[in-house]
Amino acid sequence: MSAPLLEVTNLTKHFPIKGSMGRTVGAVKAVDGVSFTLEKGTTLGLVGESGCGKSTTGKVLMRLLDPTSGSIKLDGEDITGLKGKQLDGFRRRVQMVFQNPASSLNPRQSIGAAIASPLVEQRIKVPGGIKAKVADLMDRVGLRPEHANRFPHEFSGGQRQRIGIARALALDPDVVICDEPVSALDVSVQAQVVNLLKDIQADTGVSYIFIAHDLAVVKHMADDVAVMYLGKIMEQANKRELFENPRHPYTRALLSAVPSVDLDAALTERIRLGGDLPSPSNPPSGCVFRTRCPAYELLDEAGKQRCSTEVPAGAMACHFPNAPLAATVGA
Amino acid sequence: MEPMLSVKNLTVKFPTDDGMVAALNGMDLTLNRGETVGLVGESGSGKSVTSQAIMGLFKESRAVIDGEITFEGTDLLALSEDAMRPYRGKKIGMIFQDPLSAMHPFYTVGAQIAEAYQVHNKVSKKAARQVAIDMLGRVGIPDPKRRVDNYPHEFSGGMRQRAMIAMALVCEPELLIADEPTTALDVTVQAQILDLISDLQAETNSAVIFVTHDLGVVAQLCKRVVVMYGGQCVEQASVRQIFQRPSHPYTRGLMASMPHLAGDTDRLTPIPGSPPALLALPKGCIFADRCEFAKIVPDGRCLNMRPELIVEDDHAVRCHGHELKLIDETSLIGAGS
Repeated sequence: MSAPLLEVTNLTKHFPIKGSMGRTVGAVKAVDGVSFTLEKGTTLGLVGESGCGKSTTGKVLMRLLDPTSGSIKLDGEDITGLKGKQLDGFRRRVQMVFQNPASSLNPRQSIGAAIASPLVEQRIKVPGGIKAKVADLMDRVGLRPEHANRFPHEFSGGQRQRIGIARALALDPDVVICDEPVSALDVSVQAQVVNLLKDIQADTGVSYIFIAHDLAVVKHMADDVAVMYLGKIMEQANKRELFENPRHPYTRALLSAVPSVDLDAALTERIRLGGDLPSPSNPPSGCVFRTRCPAYELLDEAGKQRCSTEVPAGAMACHFPNAPLAATVGA
Repeated sequence: MEPMLSVKNLTVKFPTDDGMVAALNGMDLTLNRGETVGLVGESGSGKSVTSQAIMGLFKESRAVIDGEITFEGTDLLALSEDAMRPYRGKKIGMIFQDPLSAMHPFYTVGAQIAEAYQVHNKVSKKAARQVAIDMLGRVGIPDPKRRVDNYPHEFSGGMRQRAMIAMALVCEPELLIADEPTTALDVTVQAQILDLISDLQAETNSAVIFVTHDLGVVAQLCKRVVVMYGGQCVEQASVRQIFQRPSHPYTRGLMASMPHLAGDTDRLTPIPGSPPALLALPKGCIFADRCEFAKIVPDGRCLNMRPELIVEDDHAVRCHGHELKLIDETSLIGAGS
């Protein structure tokens, strides 16, 4: 079997905490040993709550942040150590769509220029000219090419996100990292953008890393899903398996917390996580989820002991998957 | 029975350099004692303006307000700023979306809750502080005796929202307006806060207007729903009716464009186009340009005439197609593209 398109192994990103005199007194473990692979033409969803490290993972993948350790391989080639100009070739193949299209577009740059900027930056010779390419891109994302000279403020939120998508597609990338691309949009417009991203994937075979906190949107977009908590992947599985048969206590709690529109839905599990996320600068020892875990509550002493030992990283970071869960945890 | 709150044909316009922005265009809403109503709509639909108008927050602004807001027999719009004061905070409480910007960063959480109490009750500082501690305990803040002296930045997002709820409920209002109180929160924390609001409501029996864009939250918390679009109520019914028999094309479109956790749909059906520009509203139905039923309604009625809110079996719908019985239940869910 050939190498996967993108292979991430044991990726960590720690932000140092500086004390007095500039000494490093600790680290915020934003991403702590994340591994996954992404195949061509598929979508990997990264979900989790704020502070779980999903956006940092996206930024490290894009090499906007340097990883602390671990490796990122694109088509088998390690890109972790690339610097400066060496990154150009990599960025031609990996692009990003940001959450807030209003702040990721320059208000004084026409949207045509914004969409053309990756081509200009990379000095790409476009047969037929950049203008035609921009018109083609705008058409592809459902914008009217004659609006190329307009400025970002003249567009609605959904349209701005389309501009961001057109810009990310300008270099015909193999991977697009979408960081909460639809969270700022209203549902009716969100559906338009989700459909657009899916259509583009069907047409071009691009792969997505889809970062979001909305489980329903991720279920819609992704082929595989990784659930993150405190910088680590808790559970990673095929979408169908993860949503129909979640095994990790955190995944189960997360799914049960989503308010359902089905009035007659028999709530098989109704789990309430108490308390707040522990600080990523001082995560619990052993399993990082054990302080809020609804399964931990019901374990005997030996089980609890086991939870304070390191969980092997992998698709299922839990000592007791499928364990019975307490209905509420903590305060 | 006389409803506790009734909003009739409320219009709110804001003067801007580009002209009048029509934020509300004839909003109607009724609320009975102890009832929870969900106010649903997308950005710019007028949900927040409705709640702010009820709170009387436009009294000293340049907003042009017309219509009627009757609360327990009193016309709130006719009240002066001073006369409004006993209502605001005392009889009507409000929870804002972003507790970090709704709280003063330089005062302790306890001091702010105590202040809200002292404004309406003649008590000593010490007694007000005790009320604040009790209230923090009631909203589930652990160790309230110590936490009462914390500043807002020392609280997590979920705890801050709990403190906001404590502040809104400290005077035991008869009506609580919650303006997107869980939108900024993670789902697991949102679940905690929704549980808290429904528990406290059961305890105090106050009426709640719950403003949200999330239909899932409405299904979980509310008895009745008001769907807003372009500053109007386009549909109003019980939660069950809305989810089982959504009648307005916009409500149907909203449901079809929502991704669901249950079930397996491959493609979402978005509503084509974008929300209306409030500077220049169309003469006819505000939703007409995004609605595919507008084509089948005769005489171009949707483009030329504002539909009325027609009530039938406690189910109110503002739609020509529905009024003329041109949209039946089997016709396509969602406006399609």
